[in-house]
Amino acid sequence: MTTLSTDVLVIGGGATGAGVAWDAALRGFDVVLVDRGDLAEGTSGRFHGLVHSGGRYAVKDPKAAEECIAENRILRRIAADCIEDIGGFFVTTPWDDPAYADRFKDGCQATGVDCEEIDPALSLREEPRLNPDISRVFRVPDANIDVWKTVWAMAHGAQDRGARVLPYHAAVAFRRDGDRVTGARVRGARTGEEIDVEARVTVNASGAWAGRVADLAGIEGVRVLPGRGIMIAMNHRLVNTCVNRCQMPTDGDILVPIRTVCVIGTTDEHTGDPDDHTVRESEVDAMLDDGEKLVPGFRQARALRVWTGVRPLFEDAKASDTSTRDVTRAHALLDHDQRDGVTGFVTITGGKLTTFRLMAEETMNAVCRQLGEHRPCTTQTEPLPGSEQREHYRLGERLERKEEHLSGAQLICECEMVTRGKLEDAIRRRATTNLDDIRRLLRLGMGPCQGGFCIYRATGVLHGLDGLSAEQADAALQHFLQERWKGIWPILYGDQLRQARLDDWIFQGVLGVAHTPSSDGDRSAA
Amino acid sequence: MSSVTTPIDELLRGSLDHCVKCTICETQCPVSNVTPLFPGPKYAGPQAERYRVSDEPSVEWSVDYCSGCGICSMSCPQGVKIAEINAQARHKLKVQKGIPLRDRIITRPTWLGRAGTPVAPLANFTLGFRPLRVLGEKTLGVHRNGPAPKFAGRRFSRWARSHAAPATGRKIVYFHGCGTEYYEPWEGQKVVEILEHNGFRVEVPKQDCCGLPLQSSGLFDDARKVVLRLARALAPHVRDDPDTIIVGNATSCTLMLKREAREILDLENDPDLALVAERTYDICELLLELHDRGELKTDFKPVNERVAYHAPCQQQGHYIGKPALELLALIPELEVSEMNARCCGIAGTYGLKAEKYDIAMAVGADLFSQVRDSGADTVACDSETCRWQITHGTGRSSVHPIDFLHRAYGL
Ligand SMILES: Cc1cc2nc3c(=O)[nH]c(=O)nc-3n(C[C@H](O)[C@H](O)[C@H](O)COP(=O)(O)OP(=O)(O)OC[C@H]3O[C@@H](n4cnc5c(N)ncnc54)[C@H](O)[C@@H]3O)c2cc1C
Ligand code: SF4
Ligand code: SF4
Ligand code: SF4
Repeated sequence: MTTLSTDVLVIGGGATGAGVAWDAALRGFDVVLVDRGDLAEGTSGRFHGLVHSGGRYAVKDPKAAEECIAENRILRRIAADCIEDIGGFFVTTPWDDPAYADRFKDGCQATGVDCEEIDPALSLREEPRLNPDISRVFRVPDANIDVWKTVWAMAHGAQDRGARVLPYHAAVAFRRDGDRVTGARVRGARTGEEIDVEARVTVNASGAWAGRVADLAGIEGVRVLPGRGIMIAMNHRLVNTCVNRCQMPTDGDILVPIRTVCVIGTTDEHTGDPDDHTVRESEVDAMLDDGEKLVPGFRQARALRVWTGVRPLFEDAKASDTSTRDVTRAHALLDHDQRDGVTGFVTITGGKLTTFRLMAEETMNAVCRQLGEHRPCTTQTEPLPGSEQREHYRLGERLERKEEHLSGAQLICECEMVTRGKLEDAIRRRATTNLDDIRRLLRLGMGPCQGGFCIYRATGVLHGLDGLSAEQADAALQHFLQERWKGIWPILYGDQLRQARLDDWIFQGVLGVAHTPSSDGDRSAA
Repeated sequence: MSSVTTPIDELLRGSLDHCVKCTICETQCPVSNVTPLFPGPKYAGPQAERYRVSDEPSVEWSVDYCSGCGICSMSCPQGVKIAEINAQARHKLKVQKGIPLRDRIITRPTWLGRAGTPVAPLANFTLGFRPLRVLGEKTLGVHRNGPAPKFAGRRFSRWARSHAAPATGRKIVYFHGCGTEYYEPWEGQKVVEILEHNGFRVEVPKQDCCGLPLQSSGLFDDARKVVLRLARALAPHVRDDPDTIIVGNATSCTLMLKREAREILDLENDPDLALVAERTYDICELLLELHDRGELKTDFKPVNERVAYHAPCQQQGHYIGKPALELLALIPELEVSEMNARCCGIAGTYGLKAEKYDIAMAVGADLFSQVRDSGADTVACDSETCRWQITHGTGRSSVHPIDFLHRAYGL
């Protein structure tokens, strides 16, 4: 068994865990970051895409609103390249309580969320598809964020400072020395090989799985109730501004334009299992109805894909007074030294993607406290690698770049404009045979055809480049197709149904993928 | 869409949802098949559109190389309005980059016509005079070899005014367009004579350009003004009688009135234009319809000749098949061979532009060689700019299909 020794072991490579690793590396600690899957394959990679302005919480949860607006401003500075400055509207539709608008306005004022009421006619000029029956509109500084880009930027930044980043390595057991956690044993999903990581402090940043990971460490009562939410991505941007319903936060009340699509969401269903990705027909239906309220004609527009994510809602079963047990959407930092008398272990869970940096800062402050070392946090000012120019992402960037090499650069994924060069580069860099890993990096196969026209090409490139056997390449292809299929079948109607039929003819009819030699091959390893 | 307020450009954009990436349009686009400068309809249309945000600057010059021929929209089995999406993108690009003087001039056939007609010999000499054309290419970007038409030196409307119309007959309104007005007035005379032969009383309202050249060069605001002026001029002539129709021989211009102006220029709600659009017919479309009803005179005399017929892209954009072919087939002894080529390359003013001339000639090469191989001396084609290009590319004379009908009627 390989052994590693480090200052800080971070379990969970979502936005929070990657944020902790980045924060720790900037403070000069040696870091090991592990995730059971790929980085940001958990909730972070399955969220709605929004950097909240705080408006959503202005009435219900003023503290959350204050945190959001503060972090929103910081993220725009430090993660500029990952963020698109779409701006947001809160709109009062005929289905919303008209009295809420004034409370909303007051709430924003009280919490410092920038908010300007504008003429609905102006909002309709800016967003012509918006429901013309909206009665009031407020402009807020919403933004969207590419989470994969953000998480990998932090991981690379940490790596540049010596951190070791190990995706596909799950924590399977903890090292305990009496009342001290001294690290964990992690197992490589691809190799099956185990690594013994000795750490001065271990951070549990495993989101909705944090209760299970704490259990492994022998810590009791960390209960995380997973709240499942669905989102539907539409084929193109029906709006270019984030549109929120001006009402108490509820289901299906935000439409977020992000990259080439716009996403309607979301729901909140309690589930026992953080890996539960059920999509119910009734939920899809409800979501499309909600879309229709914001953008009339929504149901005629093409739905691309549906997916779910699980919120980590923290409930402290150990809180002494059971009546005040609160299930909170705010984040929870558990210093197990204070809480359980176990040193060398900290859990951070709950919260929002918008506040991941703050969560990481507070976590590392607790780590420093436990280590008795004072090292200040610098993540508020240090730009992430790639964001040094402080320029926000623009949707047209890929188009513009392609324009420069119009005939030179061969397009593999046409919808998302991924060139052959970029693809080969990513495969080499990640040293992966999993096309889904590449998808998260490049958006390969995320366009209208959902891989129909690019995945067989990408498989060929993978095969040629890595010296993969035909069986392995076929397995990679099948794995990808199955993953995509999960998100397509619940919304099979209209244009996407036609697309699915055509894709099916290509893969089943022409290529016969179901009968390729890999059919019985080891897919889990892909 | 349930919303009546959704602007047309959003509806065009919305059509990208139907794209299943089948690539059929790419195989049909005449331009991307001959040049790497244009990435093709699927790319420039439904794909690139997903990256376009109204308040972000335009980032592609390549969409300017789409000629707007409309073949892609016609061939797309899913009904994606590809050419129309491209036209919108081109417009945005033009507005942002500034419109070259050249595009302002060559898209104004009325100005050109008014200026050139009185001094036709001089103007034609200038247009045919190589050193001046070279100068024009250098200063304006109009290719020295581009098929510039010759001014006729007289205007069709002049003839129409002095022409004694029959006292009786079914009223019909004639939209002749600028090509007939300034360059080929004889075509207009033939249209009138054929219609009169078939019992119509032809009215020729005072009229101007339809705005198509402006629109296809991305000058939308000007195009809107021009086409609405034309709609205002034509509408009163048909408004009071539901049976009166408008007929035109400039097939790209009738298409503009029927569909393109409303779709591309977002003029869906203009009542005059809607009325004009509803009543407008292409001349061959009308004559064939008459024939189908048994109302077309068929006293055709034999014409012992061979003619090659090319259906221009804009004619095909009417989605009415190829009525000219069926009409030509009515003429005894006339041997007609249908050309099987996509496009002649000119696409209005596209092939005149210096940077696009070679592309246009490469697009037309297939048609040109088919014409040469056909052994026909004359080419029939419904669009005037295409005729000029075909003659330029083949040295064969080219006429509107109605020329043959006119001859066969012995008019
Ligand atoms: C439907 C939905 C929509 C949302 N929309 C928004 C939004 O628009 N804006 C916003 O700000 N917030 C949003 N959120 C909240 C936000 O997504 C989450 O709060 C945030 O992503 C949590 O990040 P995390 O890093 O803490 O957890 P995760 O991203 O889940 O990371 C935890 C990681 O731990 C890993 N892990 C688990 N067990 C182990 C183990 N044994 N060993 C190693 N690794 C392990 C998992 O693989 C996972 O990658 C949304 C949440 C949901 C559910
Ligand atoms: S309009 Fe013509 S040139 Fe333009 S993309 Fe379509 S087929 Fe090609
Ligand atoms: S022909 Fe139509 S459906 Fe096919 S790729 Fe072109 S636009 Fe898409
Ligand atoms: S488009 Fe038609 S009306 Fe307009 S300029 Fe040409 S011939 Fe004239």
